[in-house]
Amino acid sequence: MKKNWPLWEVFVRSKNGLEHRHFGSLHAADADMALENARDVYTRRNEGVSIWVVESKDITASNPEHNGELFEPAQDKVYRHPTFYDLPDEVKYM
Amino acid sequence: MSEEQIKDLEEQFEARIARDEKIEPKDWMPEKYRKTHIRQMSQHAHSEVVGMLPEGNWITRAPSLRRKVALLAKIQDEAGHGLYLYSACETLGISRDELYDQLHSGKAKYSSIFNYPTITWADMGAIGWLVDGAAIINQVPLCNTSFGPYARAMVRVCKEESFHQRQGYEIMIKLMQGTPEQKEMAQDALNRWWWPSLMMLGPIDAESVHTEQSMKWKLKRKSNDELRQQFIDQTVPQAELIGLTIPDPDLKWNDEKGCYDFGAIDWDEFWQVVKGHGPCNKERMNARVGAWERGEWVRDAAVAYAEKKANKNINKAV
Ligand SMILES: [Fe+2]
Ligand SMILES: [Fe+2]
Repeated sequence: MKKNWPLWEVFVRSKNGLEHRHFGSLHAADADMALENARDVYTRRNEGVSIWVVESKDITASNPEHNGELFEPAQDKVYRHPTFYDLPDEVKYM
Repeated sequence: MSEEQIKDLEEQFEARIARDEKIEPKDWMPEKYRKTHIRQMSQHAHSEVVGMLPEGNWITRAPSLRRKVALLAKIQDEAGHGLYLYSACETLGISRDELYDQLHSGKAKYSSIFNYPTITWADMGAIGWLVDGAAIINQVPLCNTSFGPYARAMVRVCKEESFHQRQGYEIMIKLMQGTPEQKEMAQDALNRWWWPSLMMLGPIDAESVHTEQSMKWKLKRKSNDELRQQFIDQTVPQAELIGLTIPDPDLKWNDEKGCYDFGAIDWDEFWQVVKGHGPCNKERMNARVGAWERGEWVRDAAVAYAEKKANKNINKAV
């Protein structure tokens, strides 16, 4: 028959209060198995309290070749940062 | 792309690495970088996986429950290491299936140390202490390698390795506190694993083909000979501390150089094992390929079950 198990991306919340972070990927036949495998592969030493799995093919990624048009426009917008604004030294708490 | 454009890209690429920037899977990279990384990472993954076999031999015969849970946990870690590395490798556009094919067909190599037999319980001590010890020396510098997924996988691997080495050394300590027969067993294991462990750090620098390019890409930070010297200098005092003798009559502290001088390594043996003529090459491959083939119906059944469940959900929705 030979059908390969799809690839899943694994996200783990290491403790409550923190976000889920990408930990890696693995192969599994379905989402339930992906969760079980993720438990064994990525949380053998209490690394997590919650796991998300998502099939890799469902992730849309930006193309690094377009990094210029995507991210460079933010570089010259210094007025988005507090240090852009001149205030007299006497002003407190701002 | 014209040749000139490619050359331009290559120069920018090398400059990024020189600036310690990381390369991520979707970034442009020279074909040679991709190929070299697939080769090294997959070889590394295969070594983790095949490396489970010599130790798996002793799980059912571990001398106590404490030793058994530790050995099981260690071997399970090695499976995990293989999986981290396979998925890092797959980010470069090669499938897991192709990677397994390369291992099973003998096209890809794995560390030749795993082609030696594990004939006594003391071998579990020697492997953890020496083989994992040498692996740590090889792997720690890779936590800073240039390819992001490889570096991240190595950080996880290195965190887990130190328990492997300690559990092995502890086995040796206990045996050396035991009966004369137990001491002899520990010494015999050291005698058999010492030289293969030194070979594990790779051919001598003069004969190592990939070193210069690998240094540039931070796939290597120190040469094989430097790593070997580091391993010897760290390990000899550990052996002495528990009353073991390193099986090398030429081993001597060199005050001037501040490190140990050691005897000649039998590189013929090394190349024989690499070429497939080690004591267990066939056995390891048979075990590995056999497990893969015997597992096929399970993998197929899991896919069939997943499809059935997915169809049920669609029908419910309609
Ligand atoms: Fe490992
Ligand atoms: Fe290990």
